[in-house]
Amino acid sequence: MAQAQTGMNKFYLVLGGVAVIGVGALLYLMGKPKSVSIPVDVTVQTADTAGFRGYLLGSDTAKVEVTEYADYQCPVCQDFETIQFPTVRQQLIETGLVRWRYRDFPLDMHPHSRVAAHAAACADEQGKFREMHDALYRNQAQWSPMRNAAGAFSDYAKAAGVDGAKYDACMSSAKYAGRIKASFDEAVKLGAKGTPNFVIGGRLYQTTMPSDSIRAIVMRALTAAAPAPAQ
Amino acid sequence: MTRSRMGIALLCLTGLFVSLYLYLYKIGAIGALACGTGGCETVQLSPQSRFLGVIEVSLIGVIGYAVMLLLALLSLQPRFAGRSWPATLLVLLSSGAVLFTAYLTYLELFVIHAICRWCVGSALIILAIFGLACYDRRERSPQPA
Repeated sequence: MAQAQTGMNKFYLVLGGVAVIGVGALLYLMGKPKSVSIPVDVTVQTADTAGFRGYLLGSDTAKVEVTEYADYQCPVCQDFETIQFPTVRQQLIETGLVRWRYRDFPLDMHPHSRVAAHAAACADEQGKFREMHDALYRNQAQWSPMRNAAGAFSDYAKAAGVDGAKYDACMSSAKYAGRIKASFDEAVKLGAKGTPNFVIGGRLYQTTMPSDSIRAIVMRALTAAAPAPAQ
Repeated sequence: MTRSRMGIALLCLTGLFVSLYLYLYKIGAIGALACGTGGCETVQLSPQSRFLGVIEVSLIGVIGYAVMLLLALLSLQPRFAGRSWPATLLVLLSSGAVLFTAYLTYLELFVIHAICRWCVGSALIILAIFGLACYDRRERSPQPA
């Protein structure tokens, strides 16, 4: 009888030990700064892309649409976004000639691209896409070498005026993983080979371009779209 | 004979923590899953991670393991030690859990096309619980004269 009781005591001791270790491990994980991971192999659902064509900038009535396939961790994209794009925006978008459509094309070689794209999507949820997009490219040199850039992205989002709790919940849910995958698949299907790639007037350009080249291509497209003058 | 029930209780507690870990991830309380292949996140974020689109599969795991743990602990109490009904109930519950796990494994392999290591761990735990429950039930069955 006493032997059986000793056996039970040992069992409860082991069970209690496992419980303490388990609870401790979970509490430790819950208290850790959250490193976010956005899954690559998601199945794209219809709801992921419903009503979403990309991040649009410019007039709905613009005659030419430019689609940019870009990667937040790509240095060439950073050059384009910080040096060329302000001119493009001023000369073509703000004048109503062009509607700009930004699409995510996170390349596998860049470990933080997908998380950055998701961070921008979460900021977009609160109407702060452009601010987040600009912050990500502007600070690329800072976060790119980091082992875990999620904390930096969270800081940029908060600096952009995003509600931190909602942003964190959005990032943890990885709810836009399907949308990012759909955007990636679209780029691959079109034949995009790298970043940034552009589609202007229905043609794919597999290279980065200075603002002057984009302007020239857009002007050609506008001329082609214009009705022939009456005789 | 109580050793098999002790083993069941320990396995249930381990399974409970595995399910709780996956559930806490799903509700956003834990940032990323420790999973070498990345398949865990694919599985946990798939539409199939909600059973019938209503309840999180991981929450079903939490509830299931908790119920079996309580039953195993109850069956270890002296007044139930000689009874066979706790063993029968454990066999019934664990066999249901094995069937449910088989269905989930099918979804992983043929629908989601990704494997979650934590789910594999849970499947092994539930198989071990089922094996021990069957052994316990057999040991407590009336022996032929």
